Amino acid sequence: MSVWEYANPKKFMQTSAWALPWVVGLTVLLLVTGLVWGFFFTPDDYKQGSTVKIIYLHVPAAMMAINAWVMMLVTSLIWIVRRHHVSALAAKAAAPVGLTFTLIALVTGALWGQPMWGTWWAWDPRLTSFLILTLFYFGYIALWAAIEDPDTAADLTSILCLVGSVFALLSRYAVNFWNQGLHQGASLSLDKEENVSDVFWVPLLVCIAGFVLLFLTMVLMRTRTEIRARRLKALLARERGT
Amino acid sequence: MKALLLRDLRLAFRSGGGFGLGLAFFFLLSILVPLGVGPEGGTLGRIAPGILWVGALLACLLSLDRIFALDHEDGSLDLLATAPIPLEAVVAIKALAHWLVTGLPLTLIAPGLAVFLNLPVGGYPWLVASLILGTPALSVIGAFGAAITVGLRRGGLLLSLLVLPLYVPTLIFGAEVVRRGAEGMALATPLALLAAISLGASALLPFAAASAIRVNLR
Repeated sequence: MSVWEYANPKKFMQTSAWALPWVVGLTVLLLVTGLVWGFFFTPDDYKQGSTVKIIYLHVPAAMMAINAWVMMLVTSLIWIVRRHHVSALAAKAAAPVGLTFTLIALVTGALWGQPMWGTWWAWDPRLTSFLILTLFYFGYIALWAAIEDPDTAADLTSILCLVGSVFALLSRYAVNFWNQGLHQGASLSLDKEENVSDVFWVPLLVCIAGFVLLFLTMVLMRTRTEIRARRLKALLARERGT
Repeated sequence: MKALLLRDLRLAFRSGGGFGLGLAFFFLLSILVPLGVGPEGGTLGRIAPGILWVGALLACLLSLDRIFALDHEDGSLDLLATAPIPLEAVVAIKALAHWLVTGLPLTLIAPGLAVFLNLPVGGYPWLVASLILGTPALSVIGAFGAAITVGLRRGGLLLSLLVLPLYVPTLIFGAEVVRRGAEGMALATPLALLAAISLGASALLPFAAASAIRVNLR
């Protein structure tokens, strides 16, 4: 029993078909709980009023935007090293989801920034890094779309993902160096005694877990679609051949 | 390798080789920006470092698709891939040739154009220093982008989209050096980081670019 078993598309399809309903159910449960709890059953912040509730969308989306890229980096590496097609397809499937999370984080951030900072957009390090991350996602998705041969596309996008990750990290530090920001620092570190008050913290954790599962759901679904599309293509090619 | 370098340089200098394009673009930008912004010296001088760096970057971007596309079309890239010198070296040479026909001339005319933009006096040596240290990174990163998109028929737009985010750190540190130089502040940190990006990119990206070309030629 090893994790590489799931590199077999058939095994992957079987297992994911079994797991998907559970994952979907858990996602709905956690998201509904977390969001309803966060939106309706937490007090307003004494300074920010009810705008503080944007946190339940903003923070999980931002976290998943970065984590999606990390997942793409890992699956790209697996494709380059072990050449498992499921891995490359999972990276392809994750990119638009990650892009959507990035855009959600940017938009909710703008909506939050307007009443709090008095501006929709500031060239703050975190905001700028996210804008750059958006560009990386667009480039990656566009490259997948531009190349017809699936193996060539998988190879080139993997190389781009590896190089892009290095430069994304570099940009993060460059941007930090370049401007001091309006955005507050990390307030959810695991190694701190107290972060946000527990009243907000617990529903936020539920939301984060919900977003992780939402990401998992969508990636699983999209990977299954990609695998089916690949099978369909193979079938059509065989039909034409005979 | 020398023959390859000379061949690339000769091709670039011939008519239609795109040698003048980047320079002309840089020149036009430095004249148009003051016309658009207005002649007040204070404003122009303050934005001059950024404008010059953005101009140099875009001028580099203009000629990137020439690095491999023409060779790919007439088949000489296949020959180069099977040649006795490693493909990584071919990429490095091509990036060097690109730098010699864009980055280096841009660096040389930049101080002249900085006069138009009222760059404060202290900024000139640092403008030249930052461009000479930073433009190699632009060429190497561009060669990587060109290698990724070489197999595509209309790769130009995609190339810009892929390369633009990769250029961000170079642009930030480069412009920061000139800005600090112009204001007489300490600039050792961004200058060192800029040099680090150039050296790191020159050392590592040829490998990534060569593997991308191998995939594209498969």
